[in-house]
Amino acid sequence: MEIDHNSVVAFAKSWGLFYLILLAAGVVVYALWPGNRKRFDRAKKSILDKDDRPGD
Amino acid sequence: MISGLTVSERHLALFVLGALALTGLAMAVAGRGDPLAVHGYIVLVFSLGLGFVVLSALFDPEPPEERLSEYYDDPTRAGIILSLAWAVAGMFVGVWVAALLAWPELTFVDSAWASFGRLRPVHTSGVIFGFGGNALIATSFHVLQRTCRARLPGQFAPWFVLIGYNLFCLIAATGYLMGMTQSKEYAEPEWYADIWLVVVWVVYFLIYIRTLQRRKEPHIYVANWYYMAFILVVAVLHIVNNLAVPVSFGHAKSYSLFSGVQDAMTQWWYGHNAVAFFLTAGFLGMMYYYLPKRAERPIFSYRLSIISFWGITFMYMWAGAHHLHYTALPQWVQTLGMTFSIVLLVPSWASAGNALATLNGAWHKVRDDATLRFMMVAAVFYGLSTFEGSFMAIRAVNSLSHYTDWTVGHVHAGALGWVAMITFGSLYALVPWMWKQERMYSPKLIEVHFWLALAGTVVYVFAMWNSGIIQGLMWRTYNDSGTLAYSFIDSLVAMHPYYIARAFGGLLFLAGAVVCSFNVWMTIRMARRARAAEPAGDVPLYGKAGAAPAGE
Repeated sequence: MEIDHNSVVAFAKSWGLFYLILLAAGVVVYALWPGNRKRFDRAKKSILDKDDRPGD
Repeated sequence: MISGLTVSERHLALFVLGALALTGLAMAVAGRGDPLAVHGYIVLVFSLGLGFVVLSALFDPEPPEERLSEYYDDPTRAGIILSLAWAVAGMFVGVWVAALLAWPELTFVDSAWASFGRLRPVHTSGVIFGFGGNALIATSFHVLQRTCRARLPGQFAPWFVLIGYNLFCLIAATGYLMGMTQSKEYAEPEWYADIWLVVVWVVYFLIYIRTLQRRKEPHIYVANWYYMAFILVVAVLHIVNNLAVPVSFGHAKSYSLFSGVQDAMTQWWYGHNAVAFFLTAGFLGMMYYYLPKRAERPIFSYRLSIISFWGITFMYMWAGAHHLHYTALPQWVQTLGMTFSIVLLVPSWASAGNALATLNGAWHKVRDDATLRFMMVAAVFYGLSTFEGSFMAIRAVNSLSHYTDWTVGHVHAGALGWVAMITFGSLYALVPWMWKQERMYSPKLIEVHFWLALAGTVVYVFAMWNSGIIQGLMWRTYNDSGTLAYSFIDSLVAMHPYYIARAFGGLLFLAGAVVCSFNVWMTIRMARRARAAEPAGDVPLYGKAGAAPAGE
């Protein structure tokens, strides 16, 4: 297949769409995955910790 | 500060500065009779001067081992000061060029360097790269260490990044004054400055990766993701957009590898993503750390912050084409840019809403604490200017707004209202922590700064909305015979009052930055006095048993 302007456009219009939909789905699944809840909760609270020293 | 480096790091610093001095010398020799030679001398003097600073402390004893149980904040402290110095300089030039637009006869310095065309990029680079960039580097080192609970891996690399970056800014600004430019918005510096920035940026990225590897927290806090996106994507953008061939190695001028509409598309892919990843992603990183920290409340929804992160990262990449509506760019690419710009509103408002929802329930703190109010107003302006941006990207709206002052107003709603406000808020939170003080020297002056900044932004933005829309309408008004009703000069005359208002708004904002610098300076002096007043004033802080952790 010759790679010309039209074939690049066709590729972008078809696969580009799937790639972005898959990405969006992946991100939402990762963010809402129940197993991740504990990590996220710890992350958002631990920055408020007042201890200002590197961990051991 | 040099005595904080280990002896081998001091040797490394001398070696790097020596290599840099030789490069400067080579540039000065090869670029005889070319502006490149001036930059060669600047690099030479810069690296020799720093070399003397390193030499002065070369034989100091090794820093104590206890330092490893503390975070490394010297580069952050220096970065804060540099950031504010650039803010005042860059905003001063901004007021100057605004005054030149309002009163063109103001060109009292009758030389080329003082002309509008050369001063304008000094303003844009000075505030974006000088003020914004230094603030990003300084805060990123602070946030990175705290959220990873790990000290930076070495002490030389962060200094290399900070000082190397400021050398880039200096080369950029002096180059503009000499008339050197690639004629690409936000990418004006010539090829050698671009190569130097790549070196600095790779080291910056490595610091980030190496500190993340040493982290003691299981999860990488979302602020770091934003800072990482900023570093990584800016590197990609910078390298691709600056692909150019110099006339010769002894010549400052280079020619872009792209031409025609490809060049325009590459430039605005870069330009819009500079807005996205330099002026948004990094500052969102700032917001996601300093706003919860100052409000003493965790972010409203951590999950939402992740979703909006990936939304912003992947959608901004496609939005650049909206800068090229009604050009030779293929119609479908314009439509693509427009569509993505509109969808971008979703992750943008998710971030702005997340910030405001975090403050919900703490409005009394927002009322009493000007520092937190800076951050709140920043989130509001972030929401407003992203809405405005999506709206202006619509092709039909763009036909009215493009090439008018509306664009200038939009950029400043983002730059003053969002970027500068979140930066000032974060700096006011950070400075007392960094200099181990309970608070800033004067909370009243923060209050003064807040109102100066807000008034300046509102005056500026309203002036440019009015002027932009009037311009747009005058340029498309036809008379009965089908010709344009107004000449260009008519629209220029109509702009005059708004240009005066704009210069005034900018002056207010500049005054605020000066007040801020004074306040920070006095806080540093306060810290020095407090240390001198202590009985054993000379003991380094980490040598003491009960050294108060910052933020207490």
